[in-house]
Amino acid sequence: MAGDVAAKYNQLAQQAKETLAKRSEDEKIRIQVGWATCESAAGADDVAEAFRKHILESGRSDVVLRRVGCTGRCSREPIVSVMLPGKMPVKYEQVTGELAGEIFHSHVLGGSAVASGILDSDAYKPLKYELYLCGGPKCQHRLPWDAKQAFKDSVSAAGLEHEIALSDASCFGLCGRAAAEDVVFVLVRPSNVVYRVTRPEDVEEIVQKHLKGGRPVEQLVSKDEPISRRFFDLYGDVAFFHQQSRIALRNSGIIDPRSIEEYIYYRGFAALAKVLGEAKPASVIEQISQSNLRGRGGAGYPTGTKWRMAASQQADRKYIICNADEGDPGAFMDRSMLEGDPFSVLEGMAIGAYAISNGGESAISGYFYIRAEYPMAIKRVTAAIGLARKWGLLGKNILDSGFDFDVDIRLGAGAFVCGEETSLIHSIQGERGQPHIRPPYPTTKGLWGKPTVINNVETLANVPAVIDFGPKWFSQIGTERSGGTKVFALAGKVRHTGLVEVPMGTTLREIVFDIGGGPPGGVALKAVQTGGPAGGVIPASQIDTIVDFDTLTAAGSIMGSGGMIVMDQTDCMVDIARYYMSFSQDESCGKCTPCREGTMRMLEILTRICNGEGKSDDLDKLERLGKLIKKASLCGLGRAAPNPVLSTLKHFRHEYEAHVNEKRCPVGKCPMKAVTRAEPVPSAVQFVAESGGRA
Amino acid sequence: MSVSATDNWPKVEAQSKSCLPERLVKLIESHRGDENPQGALIEVLHAVQGHFGFLGKEELDAVAQLMQVPAAKVTGVATFYHFFRLRPRGKYIINVCMGTACYVKGASAVAQRVQQELGIEFGETSPDGIFSLVSSRCIGTCGLAPVVMIGEEVFPKVQPDQIPAMLAKYKKLAAEPPPGD
Repeated sequence: MAGDVAAKYNQLAQQAKETLAKRSEDEKIRIQVGWATCESAAGADDVAEAFRKHILESGRSDVVLRRVGCTGRCSREPIVSVMLPGKMPVKYEQVTGELAGEIFHSHVLGGSAVASGILDSDAYKPLKYELYLCGGPKCQHRLPWDAKQAFKDSVSAAGLEHEIALSDASCFGLCGRAAAEDVVFVLVRPSNVVYRVTRPEDVEEIVQKHLKGGRPVEQLVSKDEPISRRFFDLYGDVAFFHQQSRIALRNSGIIDPRSIEEYIYYRGFAALAKVLGEAKPASVIEQISQSNLRGRGGAGYPTGTKWRMAASQQADRKYIICNADEGDPGAFMDRSMLEGDPFSVLEGMAIGAYAISNGGESAISGYFYIRAEYPMAIKRVTAAIGLARKWGLLGKNILDSGFDFDVDIRLGAGAFVCGEETSLIHSIQGERGQPHIRPPYPTTKGLWGKPTVINNVETLANVPAVIDFGPKWFSQIGTERSGGTKVFALAGKVRHTGLVEVPMGTTLREIVFDIGGGPPGGVALKAVQTGGPAGGVIPASQIDTIVDFDTLTAAGSIMGSGGMIVMDQTDCMVDIARYYMSFSQDESCGKCTPCREGTMRMLEILTRICNGEGKSDDLDKLERLGKLIKKASLCGLGRAAPNPVLSTLKHFRHEYEAHVNEKRCPVGKCPMKAVTRAEPVPSAVQFVAESGGRA
Repeated sequence: MSVSATDNWPKVEAQSKSCLPERLVKLIESHRGDENPQGALIEVLHAVQGHFGFLGKEELDAVAQLMQVPAAKVTGVATFYHFFRLRPRGKYIINVCMGTACYVKGASAVAQRVQQELGIEFGETSPDGIFSLVSSRCIGTCGLAPVVMIGEEVFPKVQPDQIPAMLAKYKKLAAEPPPGD
């Protein structure tokens, strides 16, 4: 049986390869235009159309237009990459129809880049080679000597300093797969060679032979490839990107999300073939457990444990659900993944289905639960399911293994609470999405009363990588208790908004300042909000906190699904807390009293404070009520709803006090209606007197 | 699903079918053989709203009858989810995103200006029937905040002063005869 699966997969891989070879795109000039909801909003479709016309007019058959998913560089969209064979890819930002014409004539036809439109153009230099040295804050295999300095010296000695750039990259995730010794991996663009450097002599050899002589040094080339090599190849020259480690987003912005051939060509479905051919379900679960993969939906529950619980149940049918009800305001990781690389999520689901099937004892069905607000994601997933069926990767007897699994789509209808797993189950059953008490947990008694596993989009996108590259590799990227990376949707008062995938254990400072470029216009950072309406704020003073499920919880916030909103000194923390509370209050399903009534009362108090009508005991009341709601609510929504208020009270109590005691909003954002209506303000004067004139 | 045979079932069935286009009746009937036919309720409601633009009382009753789900439950589901509308909407939906990223970048000023220009509140339809004003929790394009959607078009980085021009464009579109006529 094992041989059959591998043979069948190889046949598909061959087929994919041949299809792509026929297009022979590598030898052609490629123009790549982003294609996702946000890219389209920024005008990518018009730009693509403009290029299509230019290509047609020019009559050139060696120029191809490709559409790829979103890379997550939102503030600079639409992004266009131009790749001339053998040259480094050049990326343009905020491309318009006009700039498209200029790019086409000057760069594509003429070979010289349009300098003014280049992404992050202030940092752009035409170079011969670029070198990326792996690293990252948690690297345990650092060389005892400074490799970057050695390269720098050697490059200068060879007189190449103007043609070569050296950059620090994040973890490539390569050392977990080789023998653990001190090493630095160096990626050379555009040659796309990865060297394994252990001795200073290696540096000299690479500089002399490769950078000067133009011939790669074969014996130093790493046998393994970093998972994100293709990503670096395309986007590595931009600081926003090369400080990331892309695992879940490994294909986003690289493959055409409608092409199963491209996905398979880049090792897609290899992990599924591996588990169906060689692994027992129990060993799949064991591998996922060893990898320390934790649920990316927010709570961080170990994925392996969840699967094991479902696997241990005896049932004629079980379900696996992909939770794509991304309702957090400010989060768009899941949407980008589904739009940019739907196949990897599908593959992760199929692997999960196999793992909980007990070797075919239980029939497994899958559901994608997607927000109705994401029409493009729905379209892409529907197409991906259809293609996977056609290629025999879903349905009966997958890859001749005897294993059956198929997936259906269910649409959400705009209810935040449906991200909570028991609510989600009710919604799929065609009912109001209201939660119920656990236990029994869905893994015991879930959809239609059958054992059910519910995993987040990002969790499932990581699964094929864990299987393909090994659990040890995955667990080493990350902290002791949280393996791998986390994708954040960076937004708010930050220069570079977009998707950021970094190893667990990266500091907030690195994300907000090094990758995000900090708040624009020189305004000082005030706080970083993580976890959306269920999370809290982390003040600027704690910007060196590392991101991981446990540290963020300890800091009074939560990891959440990955929304990260940066706030600067012009944002009022009371107003933000009121904003989140109005969200939670509105989304409260109304089933349990603490959440339904409690959030309402908290919102009333907060609104009063923002209107300048706060009373002296309001802050204590907020705190008491918040703690009570957290303890007594039925589901995660209610239990987390007070977090934004409690954490702002903890870190920014002085702002609340200014609102209540002095009837003043320190940043002038709150309406303070009561104050402007009646002058002078007797209540305020009286209050200041009562509180002992505390300013 | 078994269809419960009441005395007047043929009449009720015929009446219900007459409320819905044939495509929707077929969709409902295609789920009768499902293991859990009620699971299709939300899908059916999406389809009904897709066709009519909203969920009217007669249509909801028809769905309840044809799916053999209590009308109370159908109403319960239709009113629970934000996505479902029980009243007709204007020709174009103006959706002002009030997600966190948009909010901190000034979505409230944008929202105010839209209300002012149209003279309606959120949840209302303009008297000329052209615009309905809604707000959304997050449409997931936070990098372009603040964002407003009119119909299918997404307007990135909106400033309040841009609103009149945006509205004018769609008023003009609404006044033009549909293409091809």
